[in-house]
Amino acid sequence: MRWARNLVTALLLCGAAGCATTVGSDPRDPLEGFNRAMFSFNDGFDQAIGKPISTGYRDLVPDPVRGWVRNFFSNLYDLWTGVNNLIQGKPADAVTDWARFAFNSTLGVFGINDVATSMGLEKHDEDFGQTLGRWGMDDGAYLVWPLYGPSSMRDSLGLIPDAYADLVLRHKPGGVAAAAWTLRSVSRRADLLDASRILEEAALDKYVFLRDAYLQRRRSQVYDGNPPRAARETPRAETEESAPPVPAAAPAPPAASVAPTVEAAPAAQEPAPKHAAPAAFEAAARMLEAPAAPAASGG
Amino acid sequence: MPRAFARIAAAVAAMAILAAGSARAQSPAEPTPPDVLVKNVTLEVVDILQKDKEIQEGSNAGRKKVIALIETKVLPHFNFEAMTASAVGRNWAKASTEQRSRLNDEFKTLLVRTYSSALAAYSNQKFDFRPLRAKPTDTDVTVNVRVLQSGAQPVTIDYDMEKRPSGWKVWDVRVAGVSLVANYRTEFDTQVRDNGIDGLIKTLQSKNRSLEQPAATASTAGAKK
Repeated sequence: MRWARNLVTALLLCGAAGCATTVGSDPRDPLEGFNRAMFSFNDGFDQAIGKPISTGYRDLVPDPVRGWVRNFFSNLYDLWTGVNNLIQGKPADAVTDWARFAFNSTLGVFGINDVATSMGLEKHDEDFGQTLGRWGMDDGAYLVWPLYGPSSMRDSLGLIPDAYADLVLRHKPGGVAAAAWTLRSVSRRADLLDASRILEEAALDKYVFLRDAYLQRRRSQVYDGNPPRAARETPRAETEESAPPVPAAAPAPPAASVAPTVEAAPAAQEPAPKHAAPAAFEAAARMLEAPAAPAASGG
Repeated sequence: MPRAFARIAAAVAAMAILAAGSARAQSPAEPTPPDVLVKNVTLEVVDILQKDKEIQEGSNAGRKKVIALIETKVLPHFNFEAMTASAVGRNWAKASTEQRSRLNDEFKTLLVRTYSSALAAYSNQKFDFRPLRAKPTDTDVTVNVRVLQSGAQPVTIDYDMEKRPSGWKVWDVRVAGVSLVANYRTEFDTQVRDNGIDGLIKTLQSKNRSLEQPAATASTAGAKK
C-alpha cells in the first residue's frame, strides 16, 4: 500500500510542478502524458495476457458455469454496496442489497444463483468513489493506473476503502485469495470482450474515447443514472455558431453567470473576433465543471 | 416483489402491441408516441435477430443482414443530421454544405457498424421499457429502456428524442450513461484543431475503410466458436 501512496504523492507533486507532458489540452486530463504511457502499457498487457486468457475462459468454460462464477463474486460485493448506499443516505437501497446477499447466499447456494433479481430485488452498483462523489467531491484529474486502468483522483481515493472491504482480498490464506482474485479478474475481463471489440471499432483514438466514456459513466453512476440535465447543452443542428446558452446551462445566481461573460468580452476584442466563441465556450465549460468557483467570487 | 410480475406483464403486453404495432403506426394525425416507437422497433429488431440463423452464426452474410436491418428498421427514426452536428460541435458552423454531408455520411457508416457489433453481441437479454415521464405537450423527451441481466445491475439505454414533422426522431443515445454524441465530441474537436474539417473527414473515411477489411476475418473467427 505504501508504494501506492508514494506514487499518488509523486503524481500530485508532478501535476503541481507541471512536469507531466501535456499532449492534448483537456482540462480534465492534466496528466495526459503519463496517462497515455500507462494506457499503452495496459493495452499491451491486455493484448498479450488479459485478452487471450479471458477468451480461452469464455470458449472453454460453459456459459452456466461462467454465470455461477460471476454471480458468486457479485454476491460477495453486495454487502459493500449496501454499506455505500447506507452512507450515501439511501437506507432502502442498502436493505435491498443486504436482502439480496441473504437470499442469494442461502436459496442461491453461496451466491452462485442470483435468485434475488428474479424476486424483484434489483442489483445496485456502488463503490466508495461514487460515495465520495455523492458527498460532493469532484472527479479531480483523470488517472490511468498500471494494470488497473481508468480512474480519477477521487476514484483512486475511493479504491483504498474498496480494497480494504474486499472480501476476496482479505481472505486468508493468501494463496486462496490470490487464486480467487485471478479468477474474478478473468471473469470480469471475459464479460468485457464484446465491449472491448466494440470500442476498437468505434474509437478514432481509443485513449480519448475510453477516457470520455469513463468520466461520463462515473458521473452517471454518482447520480444513479439521473445526472442533472444541465450537462446536455449540446449545440443542435440548426444552432449557429454562438456562445452556448450560458444562463441556461448554469442556473446559478445571476451574478455568477454575468461575471465570466464580462471577462470574456474584452479579451475577445484584442485579437480577431473569431476568438470570441471559443473563449466563451471555455468559460461556459469551466463553469459547468466548477460551478462553485464563480458563485463564490460573486457572493 | 410485485415489480417482477409487472415486468412479465409488460413483456406480454409488449408482444401484443408488437403484433398490432405495424397497423397502428400508419395512423395519420398524431405520430406514434416516442416510448411506443422505441418499444416497437426494439422488439421487432430483436425478434428478427433471434429467428435468423445466419445472424446467430455470426457469419459474414449475417453481419451484412444486421447492417441492412439497422438501415431499414432503425435509421429512419434517427435524426442523423442533428447527431453529427452535435458531435462536431462548434466546428459545425465552419463546415461547408458539402463537408457537412460528407461528415454525416461517414459518421453514419461508423455508427451503423458499431451498432451492428453491439446487436451481434445480443444474447436473449430481457428488456424493461420504462414508462415515459413527460407531458403530452413535450417535444423533447428521453425514453428509458433497461437491459436486464443476471448478477449485474441493469444496463440503461436512454434515447433523447425530438418531435419533428416526420415523427419522433432520436438525436442522442446514452448507453449506461455514456452519450454517443458527447463521446465523439472531444475526438472530433481534436481532429479539426490539428487537421481541419477535411482532416476529420479523411480520418473517418480511413477508419471506416479499415473496418471493412478485418471485419471479414473477425466475424469468421467468431463463427467457429
